[in-house]
Amino acid sequence: MQGAIDSNTAAANGHAAVAHEAHEEHQDLRVLGLITFLASEFLMFAGFFAVFLVFRGSAAEWPPKETEVELLLPAVNTLILVSSSWVINLGTKAIKKNDLAGMRKWFGITAAMGAVFLAGQVYEYMNLGYGLRTNLFSNCFYLTTGFHGAHVFIGLVLILGVLWRSRRANHYSDITHTGPEMAEIYWHFVDVVWIVLFTLIYLLTLLN
Amino acid sequence: MAQADVSIKPTEVQGGHGHPDKWKWYDYFTFNVDHKVIGIQYLVTSFLFYLAGGFMAVLMRTELATPDSDFLSPDLYNAFLTNHGTIMIFLWIVPAAIGGFGNFLIPLMIGARDMAFPKLNAIAFWLNPPAGAVLAASFFLGGGAQSGWTSYPPLSEITANLPQTLWCVALVMVGTSSILGSVNFLVTIWKMRIPSMKWDQMPLFCWAMVATSILALFATPVLAAALILLTFDINFGTSFFKPDAGGNVVVYQHLFWFYSHPAVYLMILPIFGIMSEVIPVHARKPIFGYKAIAYSSLTICLVGLFVWVHHMFTSGTAPWMRIFFTISTLIVAVPTGVKIFSWVATLWGGKIRYTTAMLFAVGLLSMFVFGGLSGVTLGAAPFDIHVHDTYYVVGHFHYVLFGGSVFGIYSGIYHWFPKITGRMLNEPLGKVHFVLTFIGTLLTFTPMHQLGMQGMPRRVAMYDPQFADLNQLVTVGAYILAVSVIPFYFNVIWSWRSGKEAGPNPWNALTLEWTTDSPPIIENWEVLPVLTHGPYEYGMDKANQVGPAGEPTEATQV
Repeated sequence: MQGAIDSNTAAANGHAAVAHEAHEEHQDLRVLGLITFLASEFLMFAGFFAVFLVFRGSAAEWPPKETEVELLLPAVNTLILVSSSWVINLGTKAIKKNDLAGMRKWFGITAAMGAVFLAGQVYEYMNLGYGLRTNLFSNCFYLTTGFHGAHVFIGLVLILGVLWRSRRANHYSDITHTGPEMAEIYWHFVDVVWIVLFTLIYLLTLLN
Repeated sequence: MAQADVSIKPTEVQGGHGHPDKWKWYDYFTFNVDHKVIGIQYLVTSFLFYLAGGFMAVLMRTELATPDSDFLSPDLYNAFLTNHGTIMIFLWIVPAAIGGFGNFLIPLMIGARDMAFPKLNAIAFWLNPPAGAVLAASFFLGGGAQSGWTSYPPLSEITANLPQTLWCVALVMVGTSSILGSVNFLVTIWKMRIPSMKWDQMPLFCWAMVATSILALFATPVLAAALILLTFDINFGTSFFKPDAGGNVVVYQHLFWFYSHPAVYLMILPIFGIMSEVIPVHARKPIFGYKAIAYSSLTICLVGLFVWVHHMFTSGTAPWMRIFFTISTLIVAVPTGVKIFSWVATLWGGKIRYTTAMLFAVGLLSMFVFGGLSGVTLGAAPFDIHVHDTYYVVGHFHYVLFGGSVFGIYSGIYHWFPKITGRMLNEPLGKVHFVLTFIGTLLTFTPMHQLGMQGMPRRVAMYDPQFADLNQLVTVGAYILAVSVIPFYFNVIWSWRSGKEAGPNPWNALTLEWTTDSPPIIENWEVLPVLTHGPYEYGMDKANQVGPAGEPTEATQV
């Protein structure tokens, strides 16, 4: 290694330099941390997707006759979840312009859309003629959609948490909006996972 | 949530000086966010789990001293077998090497006051003791999991359901801890280096931790997926891994090894990092091939994600897959060899100080070359099919994990104990520890290769009498290893209280952790150091260590 002397400092002269304040705050790294974590989280879903595809590839009939999937409700649900990603983005755009009321409005709508998605999911579960144990397909179906649903629920809690905290004056502003930003990123993640799931479970059956 | 809360409240602040005092002893038993406290918490708990796992090993070796099953009940033997592996991997080597050394050293090595996410860091640690408690509970609620640390179905689904479920819960907890820790390491190394430190001026331990963290991030969630499916199969009537209902056991093996082969690199990459720190300091020479060592860590990380099927050559794996995975496995030997040769070249012509840290590092070199070579033989499908599930495999991975990882942890402890505690470990006692460990390792794990070649299967409490002689030798070796930890634990406990004062830099080392007090003050430095030289410029005129107070330290005379 070459002599790694930082020419910006007096240390090059053989004296120590006071380069940093003793108790400086470092930049806010939480968004970066969340993205790193979600990259990892996605791999868990990738494991489930891989299992699903292996079973689909090796089954004689997928999904089997007794476990037909319904398309209309999930398609409507997909539309709701995917559009909610645009809505939540309007919310963070608003807070970046210091428009707190706007953020609260768009986040509220996003939360409502997420709740409708979850309700639709529960409705679908209740009206399907099969349960978790029926066969291998239903195992995969309930496990993957169930885990995704749990993630939607967590996203919903995050959004409601942002709304709760936004009641405090000056908690979020055009300068401090990491909370809403993180909620948005998480919501997009949930959305992307759903798009893959919808493709695997519902759209691929159209090929049959 | 305006800003990440990184300020740390000291127990006591000295009036006048304006800098905080040291932590009190009871701070180490709390939810503390200081990376040094968390590092010590990881190290101490993992060394306790090491004793638990070692105790199980001694009991198993006692059982195996004779061919008959006459000491432990077969169920208890299986439970020890399962939990010995689980504890040694997930609660000893991983938390000690990654959580312990990683947390203590990384902020100190890159000139940061703490990790990027101190609270997350504390959460990650506090997932570990409960995981150990869950494993312990599994013994009292049904006799412990029975199906080995791999927990292959169908065995894991038809034996000891409750303990097996608890085992899954414990592993998901340590896995989560590992993921959270990795997020922290990556962001910290990426974003929190002092401005004067470029990527190629980082100590090599940091490079190793980058590779380790990437592996943990990508591989661990897949294990979580496997364990969730297994838990559902056991408890909720699904049939993912039940062939009679259309499931497939090999799918579990793929998911499991997609994590668990990279887990091998999780356990050795930080150790490689420790080697790259210890060897130059005690050989008084610049590291040979800095960039080669740094990039070979990343290469191992990348290639290591595509070798997992070599554990499954006998699982009905298609011939083309055997060929692919044999080749990818053998490729791992190349970056590993780059490291080995670089360390040997660093030693070459150095002014070697045979400190205990250096003895363990050199011991590791010889042990790891042996274990690495037997790994190459196992990577080749034709040979692997012959020795699969025999003691040859047990011998191989103990050479790598004990002769590699555990030697590396010991070396790191002897090297950084002065920094962690402010006191030196006793060197003569350390040498006794080294000699006992070295002899014990050779005696315990070498004959296993021959046993395996002769066909002795692994994971058995009873065996053919023709294997008795070698097994007795192995048992004697295991007892020596058990005795070898006594001088070590005694040394640590005694030296922590009354060892020789170390001073800031007892080894005349050049990396940044040696520019602060031993043990470092809270928030590490009063004034952050400025980098004036690379981490390994021993024996060079430029090496002019400048401490935070502005005084060139002893390292000037390297």
